Amino acid sequence: MSEAAIRPARVALVGNPNTGKTALFNALTGARQKVANYAGVTVERKEGFLTTPGGRSLSILDLPGTYSLRARSPDEAVTRDAVLGRLAGEVEPDVVVAVADATNLRLVLRLILELKAVGRPMVLALNMYDIAQRQGLRIDLEGLQRELGCPIVTTVATRKRGIQELTAKVDELIASGALSTANVWHEPSAAEIRGAHREAQRILKAYVRPPEHPDTFTGKVDAVLLHPVAGLAILLTLLFVMFQAVFAWAAPLMDGIDAGFAWLGAMVGQVLPNGLIKDFIADGVIAGVGSVLVFLPQILILFFFIILLEDFGYMARAAFLMDKIMGGAGLHGRAFIPLLSSFACAIPGIMAARVIDQKRDRMTTILVAPLMTCSARIPVYTLIISAFIPNRIVGPGLNLQGLVMFGLYAAGIISALAVSFVIRKVFWRGAVEPFLMELPTYKLPSFENVFRNLLLRAQIFLNRAGRIILPLMVAVWVLSTFPGPPPGATEPAIDYSFAGMIGQAIQPIFAPIGFNWQMVVALIPGFAAREVAVAALGTVYAVGDAEANVGALGARLAQHWSLATGLSFLAWYVFAPQCAATLGVVKRETNSWAWTGVMFAYMTTLAYLASLVVYHSAVALGGG
Amino acid sequence: MHELLADQAVAVEAGLTRLSHVRPGDRGVIVDVRADHATGHGVDVHELERRLLEFGFVEGAAFEIIHQGLFGADPIAVRLDDMRVALRRRDAEDVWVRLDAK
Ligand SMILES: Nc1nc2c(ncn2[C@@H]2O[C@H](COP(=O)(O)OP(=O)(O)OP(=O)(O)O)[C@@H](O)[C@H]2O)c(=O)[nH]1
Repeated sequence: MSEAAIRPARVALVGNPNTGKTALFNALTGARQKVANYAGVTVERKEGFLTTPGGRSLSILDLPGTYSLRARSPDEAVTRDAVLGRLAGEVEPDVVVAVADATNLRLVLRLILELKAVGRPMVLALNMYDIAQRQGLRIDLEGLQRELGCPIVTTVATRKRGIQELTAKVDELIASGALSTANVWHEPSAAEIRGAHREAQRILKAYVRPPEHPDTFTGKVDAVLLHPVAGLAILLTLLFVMFQAVFAWAAPLMDGIDAGFAWLGAMVGQVLPNGLIKDFIADGVIAGVGSVLVFLPQILILFFFIILLEDFGYMARAAFLMDKIMGGAGLHGRAFIPLLSSFACAIPGIMAARVIDQKRDRMTTILVAPLMTCSARIPVYTLIISAFIPNRIVGPGLNLQGLVMFGLYAAGIISALAVSFVIRKVFWRGAVEPFLMELPTYKLPSFENVFRNLLLRAQIFLNRAGRIILPLMVAVWVLSTFPGPPPGATEPAIDYSFAGMIGQAIQPIFAPIGFNWQMVVALIPGFAAREVAVAALGTVYAVGDAEANVGALGARLAQHWSLATGLSFLAWYVFAPQCAATLGVVKRETNSWAWTGVMFAYMTTLAYLASLVVYHSAVALGGG
Repeated sequence: MHELLADQAVAVEAGLTRLSHVRPGDRGVIVDVRADHATGHGVDVHELERRLLEFGFVEGAAFEIIHQGLFGADPIAVRLDDMRVALRRRDAEDVWVRLDAK
């Protein structure tokens, strides 16, 4: 038996960002993909499989784009380590496929020279060859092949052209037993980078004739999209549409999912006998899964926009336009989209922070994202505002309740900017990373690519976030269910549960900010998802179906709470990390319990301080 | 330090400008990429120099400034040979260029 039959030959795709590696990966492997994380880091590992016409099975690895093997971000470090065979649990690739944008060869040639030093057998895929031909770019493939000493295949990944030739070449290379040469790669010094540039320049001059019709489209579009004023206006409009879509398009789907799970819960309720098992399945598992799944439409719609704009080449432009504004608060231009997404839900926002390649910038963004007012806070805000803030007109078109709502949103934004400012000034002083970013040429996104990436996002969200979120949901259910109420109990069941006991035990901590123990009890199931707090308040104040009956609950709260307490509760909700799902995603994205702990601690502290100030100010002003 | 200033004076005399000082529409050639500015980059100057080089800010490269941001005219977008790169002015200080006569 030959070795090829025992394990697939490993092929790694390496190239600059935006050269079409992912498109090529999709064209090569189709649906035979699997996504996981590399051991110990949160960088995605995308592997796919295919069988060559010659019957050899190949495993293809899609590596993060890079300009050099001298890695600067965690993503790029993965590419370097994968190519060098240094990754834990990975073997070095049998063949490296260098993916190049045929219309932009300068930088990739330098990377290819570095790859040659590594010494693995290599094939060069000249991708985007359709664009090169349209531009009338002439490449002497024979000469270039001779010069670089590796076979060259021209490809159009989005139309699956050249794919068979590429696999054939890879197959041939393996079959011929092409051996690796000694690895002589080392981190290039500045002088060596200059040398490599000169070499690349020489090669370009010798084998590539500049395009007859260079791309003018990108320049024309940029004249509008990067215009200092019009560009910003377009960006804001785009964001408005996106924001609108996340709320409006998702709403019916979310209602559908909610209704579906409610129906499922009811069905189970009918089939199973009354008792703990039924409660666990209906209220713990089904309601728990439902409360996670309900985010899926928002996440997919959001990622649909993000992937589309990314593939078109717009994301780098958005970062360019926003960089100065975000920079004032110590944030990276690319943090804009994640933070905006967080208005829908912090989960996709935090996931979208992947587009930021500098670790510190990314961490800052993740840490402040949950301060943006997510949609799950709206039910809580609505309830408290309707109970305590008079519905009064305070000016032309200004309603006091609306004004308070707006104030809460503003408080979230201002505090997010302030926190990131403090993080930059206090903890990472002077550590502003350089901001260097290629502005890729605009390209028409391919439908298949967008669809495949979207599918991938859904899969990742369900698989991995669910693995952390669901157990937390179940834990919260257990806490608020056990032990059950004694026979003849008069109070709601939750009062006798662990959640009730914890609530009453820790209430003294919350006394200074004006919370009574019922509120503290409600906070505990509210931890599963913020809006659940409304239902929980309904439970402890014994108002049936509180979410549908906000008026009655509001009236009850107004009887039991002082104005100061109500305002204090609002202030708490602006800051408190009241969402297990968010913490779960932060853990997954940062791969660190420490960072998750930092977020929890700082947000809780802020929430407590804010409530303290609000409560005592309100009492002093006579709202006690 | 003195030497450095003298050095820069020579550069200015030779008709060189920092890339951080250019305006949209300016074209020219990159003459010198240095590692002078020691502070405020979160990475050391040699690292910054290498990053600039890796993005194609290399001696001899032709450039044109195509765009700048609204606030503080920052960042700038530079067309470098056949690609476009965005960077902040503060990161462009060590790139010395000769502007074409207009
Ligand atoms: N016309 C044309 N467009 C292509 C081709 N290959 C990829 N594209 C488009 O180029 C854009 C970038 O492709 P990706 O596959 O996301 O590039 P990538 O190298 O994976 O990018 P990173 O993941 O950012 O490193 C997408 O809009 C693709 O649809 C091609 O051969 N021809």
